[in-house]
Amino acid sequence: MPLSLGLTALAVLAVVAFAVGAYPVSPHDLFVALGLTGGASVSDAAQTVIWQIRGPRVLAAMLVGAALASSGAAYQGLFRNPLVSPDILGVSSGAALGAVLGIYLSLPVLWIEAASFAGGLVAVGMVYGVAAAIRGRDPVLVLVLTGVVIGALLGSGVALLKFLADPLNQLPAITFWLLGSLASFNRTDLLVLGPTVLVALVPLALLRWRLDVMSLGEEEATSLGVDVRLVRVAAIIGATLMTAAAVSVSGIVGWVGLLVPHLARLIVGPAFARLLPMTIVLGAAYLLAVDTLARTMGAVELPLGVLTAVIGTPVFLWLLARGRRGAW
Amino acid sequence: MVSEGLSVEGLSFGYAGNAIGEAVSFALKPGEVMCLLGPNGGGKSTLLKTVLGLLPPLGGVVRIDGEDTAAWTPRRRALSLGYVPQSGAGQFAYSVAEMVLMGRTAHHSAFSPPSEADRVIANEALIALGILPLADRDWLKISGGERQLALIARALAQQPRVLILDEPTANLDFGNQVRVLAEIQLLAAQGLAIVFATHHPEQAFACADRVAVLHNGRLERQGTSDEVITPETMRLVYGVEVDIVPIDDGRLKMCVPRSWRS
Repeated sequence: MPLSLGLTALAVLAVVAFAVGAYPVSPHDLFVALGLTGGASVSDAAQTVIWQIRGPRVLAAMLVGAALASSGAAYQGLFRNPLVSPDILGVSSGAALGAVLGIYLSLPVLWIEAASFAGGLVAVGMVYGVAAAIRGRDPVLVLVLTGVVIGALLGSGVALLKFLADPLNQLPAITFWLLGSLASFNRTDLLVLGPTVLVALVPLALLRWRLDVMSLGEEEATSLGVDVRLVRVAAIIGATLMTAAAVSVSGIVGWVGLLVPHLARLIVGPAFARLLPMTIVLGAAYLLAVDTLARTMGAVELPLGVLTAVIGTPVFLWLLARGRRGAW
Repeated sequence: MVSEGLSVEGLSFGYAGNAIGEAVSFALKPGEVMCLLGPNGGGKSTLLKTVLGLLPPLGGVVRIDGEDTAAWTPRRRALSLGYVPQSGAGQFAYSVAEMVLMGRTAHHSAFSPPSEADRVIANEALIALGILPLADRDWLKISGGERQLALIARALAQQPRVLILDEPTANLDFGNQVRVLAEIQLLAAQGLAIVFATHHPEQAFACADRVAVLHNGRLERQGTSDEVITPETMRLVYGVEVDIVPIDDGRLKMCVPRSWRS
């Protein structure tokens, strides 16, 4: 029931997203162009906006939102910590360093995405390895602090590349990309993003029951019959691949992976089989709404990452203040 | 002849480069309860985790129904060995029913959801522990005692042959302690081999067929509670002078520190 409500909200948001912006597409034109209803034929200009510009962008916003949110949900379960997210674990910084390196070396899109993925995987491996080596302290604190520290290290790598980059062509591209935006998104990007996100979702969807058990911790999960190492590797690869795919097309769009799973958990509870679909729908809806705002709020387009951070920071502080007493 | 139940032979345990105990041997038939006593930090939890296969043994063998468990997968292990850990609060607000249903994990493949039969078995476990009214409650909001009972229900839903409980009565109030011990006896009567660690010698008198005392990494004493829980053992292991006081015409005994009686 909550899920169908979420899907309805997502559909309404999509129609609104088409109807606002530089070239508004009325719901009537949209439905006719999609073949959902009959009616007077749609102008060529509207067709172009729907199929070439707005459509890919709406899909991209939904895919990026769904990817970041569901990877956040997976990381939170795997690391037994409701406060981790792709940002805090350094995955985003690693993926960013990989992507910026790709831009710096003028690689094709697919290779930028691959570099981004490798960067994300290396980052999560480093954070997890270091945190596991530091025993005898609050593991949650160690994990979060390690993520911050590794993130800072990778951030200095990004800074170095910005310093070295060609200030006329590469630097603006890198800077714009780091702020997070879907403005330059095109249909080719969609061909990479869509399949990657769908493939990366497969392990998370298949392992949804095991991921619940994983959130009890390594020993309990093992004693209940879960091959912890196998599930962890499969889920981390899925979540990291999704994060990297999203980051490589949209740049750094923070906070989605932290906030959306929380919201979804408040609605449907922590069981991953219900949490994952809800997280996907809410993540898609959230980022579509924010991207539509980014497009339409000002005379110039606002960076997506700036908006998600402005919304995310107070909500994160609110979560911290609630502490562990409440239900996550 | 294949010996039924749990058998531990010459087990050395600890962490790589840091052996905590060695030469631990005991055997337990279905329906028997063994109580593991020992001082804090004496390695009881480490021993239990090694028996469970959560830590690799540094030497020795753990057999279940005569079969060496060394090469077993976690899933195969979970079908035979149930574990009731010391209850932590956890992080996520699963319902008690969802938590108990996770006991069925080993019974289905990695990708398949729990079946209707799994739900029935989990429900029966909740009924057996008398906590069916808690089924829809939030795991983070029930008491420590309720959590402990739910963890036992989860291990029960696992339908193991051997049940291992690590200080199942720690943090429990008196009523819940008594309830957990009664449950242990009931489960043994149904044919489970049970090992539980505890700090209370009375619990051994109350419900253990066998008592083993882990001290300095070895099973210092092993036998019936009458044989093992003596003033000498208590002095050696805990450094406390006690009297063993018979009550109920000698059918039950209590372990009373001498300093309390002066």
